[in-house]
Order: sequence, then structure tokens, then C-alpha cells
Amino acid sequence: MATSAQPVASSQGGTAIGAAQPRRQIKWGQVGRIAGVVVVTFIALAPFYWTIITSIKDSLEIVASPPTLFPHSFTTQSYTADFSGGSSFFARDLLNSFVVAIVTTVLCVALGSLCAYAIARMRFFGKSATLAVILGVTMFPIIVLVGPLFVLFTSLHIYNTYAALIIPDLVLTLPLTVWFLTSFFRDLPPDLEEAALVDGDTRLGAFRHVIVPLAAPGVFTTAILAFIYTWNDFLFGLTMTSDPQGAQTVTVAITLFGGQFTIPWGQIAAAAVIVTIPLVVMVLIFQRRIVSGLTAGAVKG
Amino acid sequence: MTSAALVPEIKEKAAATPSLRQRLDAGNGLLPYGLVAPVLIVILLVAVYPIIDALRLSLLDNPLVTSGNTFVGLRNYSQVLGDAQFRSSIGWTLIFSVLSVAFETFFGLLIALLINASFPGRGLVRAAILIPWAFPTIVSGRIWQLMYNDQTGIVTYILQGVHILKPGATLLQSNWGILTATVITDVWKTTPFMALLILAGLQVIPADLYEAASVDGSSRWQQFWTITMPLLKNSLLIALLFRTLDALRVFDLFYILAGNQVQTMGTYSYDKMFTGTVSDFAPGIAASVILAVFATVIAGIFVYLMGGITQQE
Repeated sequence: MATSAQPVASSQGGTAIGAAQPRRQIKWGQVGRIAGVVVVTFIALAPFYWTIITSIKDSLEIVASPPTLFPHSFTTQSYTADFSGGSSFFARDLLNSFVVAIVTTVLCVALGSLCAYAIARMRFFGKSATLAVILGVTMFPIIVLVGPLFVLFTSLHIYNTYAALIIPDLVLTLPLTVWFLTSFFRDLPPDLEEAALVDGDTRLGAFRHVIVPLAAPGVFTTAILAFIYTWNDFLFGLTMTSDPQGAQTVTVAITLFGGQFTIPWGQIAAAAVIVTIPLVVMVLIFQRRIVSGLTAGAVKG
Repeated sequence: MTSAALVPEIKEKAAATPSLRQRLDAGNGLLPYGLVAPVLIVILLVAVYPIIDALRLSLLDNPLVTSGNTFVGLRNYSQVLGDAQFRSSIGWTLIFSVLSVAFETFFGLLIALLINASFPGRGLVRAAILIPWAFPTIVSGRIWQLMYNDQTGIVTYILQGVHILKPGATLLQSNWGILTATVITDVWKTTPFMALLILAGLQVIPADLYEAASVDGSSRWQQFWTITMPLLKNSLLIALLFRTLDALRVFDLFYILAGNQVQTMGTYSYDKMFTGTVSDFAPGIAASVILAVFATVIAGIFVYLMGGITQQE
């Protein structure tokens, strides 16, 4: 698709500016494109660069004026400070985030793929209503859920436990998972399943032996997205937990750095780098999958 | 409908060996219900039930104390709507939503057109613009705070240098400055998502359409308005719907950058529910219900617009 787009784009560039010197115009179009791409990439990455250099500057250079674009000092003191003294909550919150994100992802993928399989491949009464309910809830702002859930979880005595985050986080991830996997399963050829049924497999047997291996790439894509969505949750973390020993997550931790008189900018920057490193790695490795997962359905509409 | 549906089923049972297609379609009795049940139960328990319960709680006196479960009608709603702070939060929420979605759509379209071609390093560029999207919003807020503040802020330094800000001033000191800061951060973080959705829409437009138009001698600008925009309309509307609903519920950015000086409907609801006194809980829920109503109305408008377009085509 990418390769087919190029000749079109360059010939457009030529006709747009004028037919007098077509060859030179084409080059200008390409130069403009590259320049635009460089600017976009710079803007996308500059704030992250600023965070990284702030995290490794020493405490004097951090507040230097004018600010230094290339750090003169290098120290890991901001990183060690995140894990010691008054910041001991950070490590525990980091662990909580990992537990919550991984358990939510596994549950979401397991439940979501069964549901999507039934919607994609079976005929049953109330199918479109089921899909409508699952997708419809994403329309509502999360803030409307937190008050009632707070009351519910307090009365069930699970407030400030992992369950109080994992259960609501499923609402962030399940609709997307079901939507993506349903369209994924629909695109798989039905012949293989039929062959399995001929061989005497049961419906669930066909699912396990035929669909699961074929669906692995799709399931993996949704797992990446579910992990990112859960890891990035802030509102549930803020309202359903109260302390690191409970289930407080790292997105909440990042708001807690602060002092009576000075703000520990270096520590904040280091914490931001630590929280985002897993995400940066995932994006760099899986960008193709993430893009396909994000845009699934948007085109078919 | 029921009798008509029964006929093939009866026929199927009568036949000695039902065809495979029929076995696939028949749905194996209760199995599909068993497969969708877990997801449906979670959604009903953690989304549908709380939405209904929010309506109930918003009509009670003070649901957090045992004696407070008395019905007070719309009192909490009139209390919230009578609060000047809530009314201004509606204004800020709408201004933020309109500005951020408008900029995100404009830049998203621009970036999509820019990377809808092959050039060296295209994959890397796509990964680079995905990075802001992948960051937790609250962390993006923190990251931009590093650049907005008066001690380490490169943005503040530059804005003071070009005399947009007075010496010693930062964006985060005035209401409109805070709004500008949150819009910039949101546009930085969310434009990639917009660009990718639009790019997906661009890529299904057949290339021959452009070739034919080029042969006919139409300019690239004409092609954009006669081919690209009409065919992009539906993906654009879906992207706009997602983004508008998301912008209306904005919470994290104002939580971290606004320091309660500027409130959105989301942060107002949260502050009432969780940081006010116990008796503020029910009014806070009422505020969040009002926000949900806003979202529903706007989603309805979008669905109506999209329905109109599908019928046209």
C-alpha cells in the first residue's frame, strides 16, 4: 500500500505546482515532505528528550538559567532518590501497576476472545444487542462510574485491593478487545473449522485446535493494547486505592512527588522515564501491531 | 419471526446428517451464551450497574452515611447547577474540547497526508509519533510540567525570551494560560491517534481515482477536495466522535496542570466526590451524570450525522 501511494503523490506534486519544470517540482514536493516529517518527529520526541536530560542533570544544572539543551553533568542521583527515603512508595506502586496490568491483560484476552468468537462465528438470539451494550458503555465518561463503584467496593470490602482495580480496568479494555477480535475472527477462513468438525471435534475443540493457533497474532495485538490501557489508567487508581500497601499504582505515584518548599523536578523526571520505558520499548517493537489494533474497525465503520 | 425461524431448525433435526454449514450456524444451543456471559457480566456489573446506580445516588441526600439514604429529588442537580464553579467548569470543558479536537483533527490530517507515502524511515517515524500516544496522560502532564514551570521550564524560558510571557511569569498562572498549556499537551499526545485513524481511511482510497483525476488535469488541491475529503468523511467522523467524547471527560491533564485553578466537569465531579465533605458526594455524582448526559447528546448527534452520510451513499 505504501509503495503504491508514492508515484501518485509525486505526480500530484508535479501537476500542482506547474508543468513547466516537472522534474524539479517533484523534488521540491519530496523535500517538503521530508522536512515536514522531521518537524513532526522532533515535536513528538522533544518532550521525552527533555525529560531524559532533566533526569540525569545534577540538582544545580536542573534549575540553571538559561536551561541547558545538552547536559553538562551526568548523575543517577534522581533515580536512586526515587527508590529511597521518602519515596519508598514508588517501587511498591510500580510493582502494583505490573500486577494489575498483567492480570487484567490475561483476563481480558481470555474472556474477550471467547466472547468475540461466539459473536463472530455463532448465531444466537440477542447477538447485536450484546455487542451494542459492550461497545455502548465506552461512550460514558469513566468519572460517572467511580462514585457508585467506590460505594460498591467499600461495601464489598475490596476497596484498595488489586480486585478493585482489575475489575474496573476490564471495562477499559474489554470493549476494544471484543471489537478487534470479532473482526479478526470473521476474517479467518471457516473451512479449517469445518474440517475439524468433520474429524469429529466438538465446537470448543475446533476453537482450541484451529482458531486459537490462527488467532495468536490478533490475540497478541489486543494483549499489547490492553496492557497499555491498564498501565495508563489514572482515575481508577486514584479513586479505588488509598496507599502503596494496598493497590496504589504508579500513575498515582507520579503525582505524589513534591516537597514542602521545593519540587524535586529531577526525581519527577526520573520517575516519568521509568514509567514510560516499558511503553517506549513496546511501541518500538510492536508499532505495526499497535497501529493495526487501533485502526481496526475505524475504516470498516 | 419465531415460526419462520423454527422451520429450518426442524428440518435440520429431521435430516439424518445436517450439513456442516448448518452445524456451524445452529449455534450449539447454550454454548454461545456461555461464551459471551463472562464479558457481559463484567460489563453489566462494572459499567451498566454503576451508570444506573449513579442516577439513583444522585437523587439521595447523603448516601455515604447510613441515615442519608433519603430521596431528595433533583436537589443535588439544582445545587450543582447553581454553583458558579460548576457552570464555569462546563465552559472550560467545552472550550478545551472544541480547541483540542479542532487542532488534533487539523494536524492529524496534515500528518496523515504527510506519511501516506513511502520514504526512508517511514516505520521509524510512525513509531516516533506513537510514543506520545502510548504515554499515560498523567505522565504526559508531568512531562510538560517540566517544561512549563518557572525553574526547569524550557517552554517558559522561550516564551519569556520572545516576550509572550512577562519575566517571572509562567503559562500555569492564568486561567487562559492553563487552558493553552492543557490544549498543547493534549494535542501533542493525541494527534498521533487521530493521524493513524485518518491514515487508515486514506489507505483504502483506491489509487486509480487519483490517477484518473491527474489524467483529467485536475490539480492536487482539487483532488483533495473532490476525492480525498468525501471518501474520508466517514473515518473522519468516527475519529471525531472518539476524540470529542474523550476530550469532554478530560481529567488527568487538569488534575496535574491546573492545580484546581481551572476546573473541568471531570475534575469538578472528582473534587466534589472525593476531596470535599461527605455531603458533597451526592452533588459530585450529579455533576458526573450531567457530564454523561453531555456525552450522550454529542454521541447522538454524531451517530445522526453518520447515518445521514451512509444513506446518501
